[in-house]
Amino acid sequence: MNLPAAPTRRSLLPFAFLAPALAVEVAIICYPVLQTVWMSLHDFVLFRPNSVPFIAFGNFARAFMDPVFWLSLWNSVLWIVFIVLFQFLLGLGTALLLNRSFWWRGLARALVVIPWALPSVIIGLMWTWMYDYNLGVINDLLLRLHLIGAPIAWLARPDTTLPSIMLALVWQGFPFFAVTILAGLQTVSQEQLEAAEIDGANAFQRLRSVVLPAIAEVLATALLLRTIWVANSLDVILVMTGGGPGYASHTLPLYAFLKAYSSMEIGYGAALSLILTALLLFVVYAYVRRAARAEAAA
Amino acid sequence: MIERSTPLRRLLTVEVPILAIIGFALAPYLWMVLTSIKPDADISAFPLRYLPSRVTFEHYFTLLAQTSFLGNLFNSLVVAVGAVAVGLAASVPAAYAFSRFRFKGRQVLMTQFLVINMFPVVLLIIPLFVLMRYLHLLDTYFGIIIGHSTFAIPFAVWMLTSYMNGIPRELDEAAMIDGASRLQTIRLVILPLLMPGVVTTAIYIFVTSWNEYLFAMMLSGDHVRTVTVALQLFVGEFTVQWGLLTAGGTLVAIPVTILFLIVQKRLVSGLTAGAVKA
Repeated sequence: MNLPAAPTRRSLLPFAFLAPALAVEVAIICYPVLQTVWMSLHDFVLFRPNSVPFIAFGNFARAFMDPVFWLSLWNSVLWIVFIVLFQFLLGLGTALLLNRSFWWRGLARALVVIPWALPSVIIGLMWTWMYDYNLGVINDLLLRLHLIGAPIAWLARPDTTLPSIMLALVWQGFPFFAVTILAGLQTVSQEQLEAAEIDGANAFQRLRSVVLPAIAEVLATALLLRTIWVANSLDVILVMTGGGPGYASHTLPLYAFLKAYSSMEIGYGAALSLILTALLLFVVYAYVRRAARAEAAA
Repeated sequence: MIERSTPLRRLLTVEVPILAIIGFALAPYLWMVLTSIKPDADISAFPLRYLPSRVTFEHYFTLLAQTSFLGNLFNSLVVAVGAVAVGLAASVPAAYAFSRFRFKGRQVLMTQFLVINMFPVVLLIIPLFVLMRYLHLLDTYFGIIIGHSTFAIPFAVWMLTSYMNGIPRELDEAAMIDGASRLQTIRLVILPLLMPGVVTTAIYIFVTSWNEYLFAMMLSGDHVRTVTVALQLFVGEFTVQWGLLTAGGTLVAIPVTILFLIVQKRLVSGLTAGAVKA
């Protein structure tokens, strides 16, 4: 290496360092994705492995005729919109509060992040226990406060099950927005804030006209990233209700998973997960463009 | 900002609201821990008993002595440590390449790592199950370790690249001018300086693997069942025994909570760097 390396060797060197990471990514991610595409074009059922007829877009056509697909898609829309919205609002409020100075701010900032660190199985377990019909603390509190007259079977009623799981997700994910927005708030110019204050702007006007425009880029990136994660997340639903009662808490990724795993209709499950990917593609594209631009600027 | 709020005003407008938010953030966790140290009679008492009449660790003893839970904890530990080892072995060199070389395709490859991170897990998990079955890697440590490290590598590469960009290039150039080979430079100059980043990334991979459920569930059988998969099976098995279930939940949650609190500040800045810098 002390000698000047030959040009070809030098240009190959970075790829030698990249080889291990690229190799596993290709084997464990790229190859499966391609295989999913292949599966989606076949009538592939796991308990009938020797007959896998090519059916072109048959699986996709089937989805369009499938009422459960449309229900899952609609649930996914509700799921994404409300979870991301409430995570965002709660996270923004938390970040604005944590941006003020008080003596235990460091502790508060550390504690608020904890829900985000927990495994989905534990989140499902905690919330299932709190939603319990007889012994759950949520029914107990609401009864004591006389907000409800009788206990509610939160996870067993078709009208309450999805909102109940969504609350657990809001709880789990708002710390992400809080810490991201908090980091963004550190970059807001103090001079501008003071100038606005001297000009007589009240706290809300300062927030709208100075703070929010300054952190707009951070907010946009955080929203895109979170949308992708929330759209893909299915394990908390799987753990809490398995998609039930009936199809009441089916979202698109969960339906794809259940079709492939429980019904063993791998071809159809693959097609459903590809539809999800296609729907998310423009969100991913918007995020990646931002992130790549930031990296190029760094 | 001009600080003119009185202590009382600050208490009411900042400290009380933030206390309420932290209460919301911690309540489910505390309720789980509290349930796990209550005697069974308290758990099924009606109306609910909020505080235990006496503190007991009987659920923990039962769980560890009479179920497979201890073995499951061990499996999760092996898988997570393995994922950290494989993940770092692949992502440190990759980060070095992205940070220290400017080559054709660099931007495309970096972007590729981001895009990969965004794929729905369902998209991967179905063919991976078929692939692992074909390779006879179902229910082996190796199969789960490879899967978990692969899921963590894209983010690990981005985090480490940004850490490595923070180490001045002049340092490695000086070492190479002094006659150190490239590998010596990496080992003696870059890695020691990169250590905080490596530790943070290692904890990120560990927590990701420890927490993962879906992939571990599809790939593990009786031999290498991880703790999240086992706990979920217990939920079906011991539906009414909430003392046992919350004890298990607490045992799984505490290690990640501690690890997360240790590196919280650095991990959060690493995870949010992409968003904040944009």
